[in-house]
Amino acid sequence: MCTCFLVYLATSPLEHAVTANTTTDLQQPPLAVEMRGIVKRFPGVLANDHVNFELRAGEIHALLGENGAGKSTLMNILAGLYKQDAGTIKVKGKTLEFSSPRDAIKAGIGMVHQHFMLVPSQTVTENILLGLDEPRFLMRLQEYDKKIADLGDKYGLKVDPRTKIWQLSVGEQQRVELLKMLYRGADVLVMDEPTAVLAPQEIEGLFETLHSMVAQGKSVIFISHKLNEVASIADRVSVLRRGKVTASGVPAKGVSRQELASMMVGREVALAVDKKPKTPGEIILDVKDVHAENDKGLPCLRGLSLHVRAGEIVGIAGVAGNGQVELSQVIAGLRPCKKGQALLNGKKVSNRDTRYGIEHGMSYVPEDRTHVGSSPNLSVTDNVIMKNYRKPPISKGSMLDMSAATKFAQELKEAYDIIVPTVNTPVRLLSGGNLQRVILAREISGHPNFMVAVQPTRGLDVGAIEGVHRLLLTQREADAAVLLISEELEELIALSDRIYVIYEGRMMGEIKVEGAEPDKTLMDAIGLMMTGTPLEQIHMEGAPTHG
Amino acid sequence: MDFVVILQAGVASGTVLLFATLGEILAERSGVLNLGVEGMMLIGAMTAFSVTIATGNPWIGLLTAMLFAGLISQIHAFITVTLQADQVVSGLSLTLVGAGISLVLGEGLSKAGTVSLMPNFSIPLLVQIPVLGDIFFKEQSVLVYVGYLMIPLAWYYINHTRPGLHLRAVGEYPSAADALGINVYRLRYFYVFIGGIFAGLAGATISLAVSPGWFSELTTGGQGWIAIGLVIFAQWDPFRAALGSYAFGALRRLILDIQAPLTLFGVDNPFYYNPYLSFFLQMLPYAFTVIVLVIGSREAIRKRLGAPAALGEPYIRGERGK
Repeated sequence: MCTCFLVYLATSPLEHAVTANTTTDLQQPPLAVEMRGIVKRFPGVLANDHVNFELRAGEIHALLGENGAGKSTLMNILAGLYKQDAGTIKVKGKTLEFSSPRDAIKAGIGMVHQHFMLVPSQTVTENILLGLDEPRFLMRLQEYDKKIADLGDKYGLKVDPRTKIWQLSVGEQQRVELLKMLYRGADVLVMDEPTAVLAPQEIEGLFETLHSMVAQGKSVIFISHKLNEVASIADRVSVLRRGKVTASGVPAKGVSRQELASMMVGREVALAVDKKPKTPGEIILDVKDVHAENDKGLPCLRGLSLHVRAGEIVGIAGVAGNGQVELSQVIAGLRPCKKGQALLNGKKVSNRDTRYGIEHGMSYVPEDRTHVGSSPNLSVTDNVIMKNYRKPPISKGSMLDMSAATKFAQELKEAYDIIVPTVNTPVRLLSGGNLQRVILAREISGHPNFMVAVQPTRGLDVGAIEGVHRLLLTQREADAAVLLISEELEELIALSDRIYVIYEGRMMGEIKVEGAEPDKTLMDAIGLMMTGTPLEQIHMEGAPTHG
Repeated sequence: MDFVVILQAGVASGTVLLFATLGEILAERSGVLNLGVEGMMLIGAMTAFSVTIATGNPWIGLLTAMLFAGLISQIHAFITVTLQADQVVSGLSLTLVGAGISLVLGEGLSKAGTVSLMPNFSIPLLVQIPVLGDIFFKEQSVLVYVGYLMIPLAWYYINHTRPGLHLRAVGEYPSAADALGINVYRLRYFYVFIGGIFAGLAGATISLAVSPGWFSELTTGGQGWIAIGLVIFAQWDPFRAALGSYAFGALRRLILDIQAPLTLFGVDNPFYYNPYLSFFLQMLPYAFTVIVLVIGSREAIRKRLGAPAALGEPYIRGERGK
């Protein structure tokens, strides 16, 4: 599935490559969905600005756009969750008004949300029957269990109807979501970023399922911001930028990744990462047999050991919720470590207050940038001096020298390209990319020799991601050690010198990365480890196979 | 001391807790924590007593009590479901409002004398079971028998019916329910109302059956709070709620009765001679409640006990699920 998005493509003129294909042809299959002139306003935002969208019967149509481009809004309107301010929706030629999700489902439109809409404590069958008019009162589930199992067989969606949702893997839960919609007779399936939570093997499984559903007459809208997926799954692509359509129904085969990226962002984007070869130095971070518990008091790290050397970026790969975040918190001193320890420059930093770590060269880019990484109501200045206000020139005796602080903030604003009216602006008003630059500016300006970054590019647009990647590589150039925790495999492979894969808080193996081109064997091996197969076993079985 | 008599009275007394606990379980299963149980029970007890005096018919008193308590509960529903305010604050205020209303409207009611109560009777055949027959089926109030029926009905309703499935879904993951066209707001209003009706029933059970009369706020004597503690103890399950309710009912009776005799097991009864010991005993159920509430207020422990995942959180459409 991957030739991956990290290829530097020659820039090409693109704006006009787009509109040519939209003229309707009599040979084409009928329209399953037709949305015309959709307008949706939220307070202060025009989320959809006269958007036209059409879906043909029996196609997989990718809807591409950055976060906040309005693609989820558009689909939530189609699914009946939001009501459009203007515009019409036609389903199979009939104009319809949706006042609730129920109406949309009745019209055959089923949406699979990015965050699964499943009740964890209930069984698969109960979840599928939720909200239906049958059975009327008593729930005799056996007959429904059978019906649902049969439906699963028909579309290749294997899952035991009697299992409770919390016992299922993320991939299985997604199958339940699909079954839920199929059971309701949906023939237009809207998938909101369905691959974000899946391991590579599960993604392949999902794509097979989608193809088989299309073969049986269903149509699929596939929302994504990942360029590489679009080429491998979609028949046609539409692109949204800032609430407007920048490409409408372009054949996926006929458009390059670079063109799509530019349509999403509105300017040329460098998709590749420029990583120079480098010999790592001594060990900076040494994590030894760390055990810790998650917020629910259950074990989440079970004996993890790893190290990061000076001048290297080490990636941690894993499906979300396998202990990555907790690992970063143990290292940063934010989570108690039950057993084992984390050493920074030979000094223990776990189970110690965070200031000790900060004073010994630690910098931390947390996953939650609005609440942990920054204080939303404070200004840019206040946020950037949070780690060095104790030191001169900002500290002056027992007072803060605010003019020195402002000057410092101004310098960072220039150096890190933070787009903000003044440094006194509260950071809650900043976009995700700008906020991340504020955080990185603060962390890097302390000249740390170690940085742990958790999901530093999550939710950022393609342009901002490029900037964050560049900053991380600068750290590597400056001989700092970087621990990068990410759920984006491509990102890990592009930036890291080595990758550790963890599963349920255990180390599955370590992989050296050579070159930024992820080959299939490497991806498959990582995928297997992410779903719980240790590296040794993968080698014993010979060439990696798909699960 | 006759323990069978104490247990028999304990079952009656436990019925009050049972109704209040079942009602709160239903409300909490829909995701709404209602700390106003005590206030709604006072409303119920006062209404039942005064309407029965006025009409001479305890059944009319009972129904009015349930309805009035149910209506009062809708204040909480409006504040927490529609206005999306903090459920703890709103529930506490509801207790104060309920107590206030019942004290004002019940002024002078304590001197009004006796009323015709709910009927007591034995159940034929079942009463002949040794010991258990005497405790559960001999000369109990009709409300006690209603309580027995409520336990399996509530359990079956929650776990094996379609409305029960929707109830659980709304309390566990409201956005999932909403996405499938279930009206989260309407269901939460409804189950807060049901919770109010049950609390009213519990209050009426006190003033019309268990300890008849109106003794201002001492009528309920904090049993509404014990019920809230019992919900956590019962892990939101009707059968465990019944277990806890009857045990606490029996404990209440035991504490009352143990102070009476001069001798206990052949020696001087310390509870008779030392009032401080009695006070200590009387405190125990409330101490238990405080401890359970403190433990239950820890998120991690609540999760492990099986609390509805969305309990205490207002539902706002469009906010992402967690």
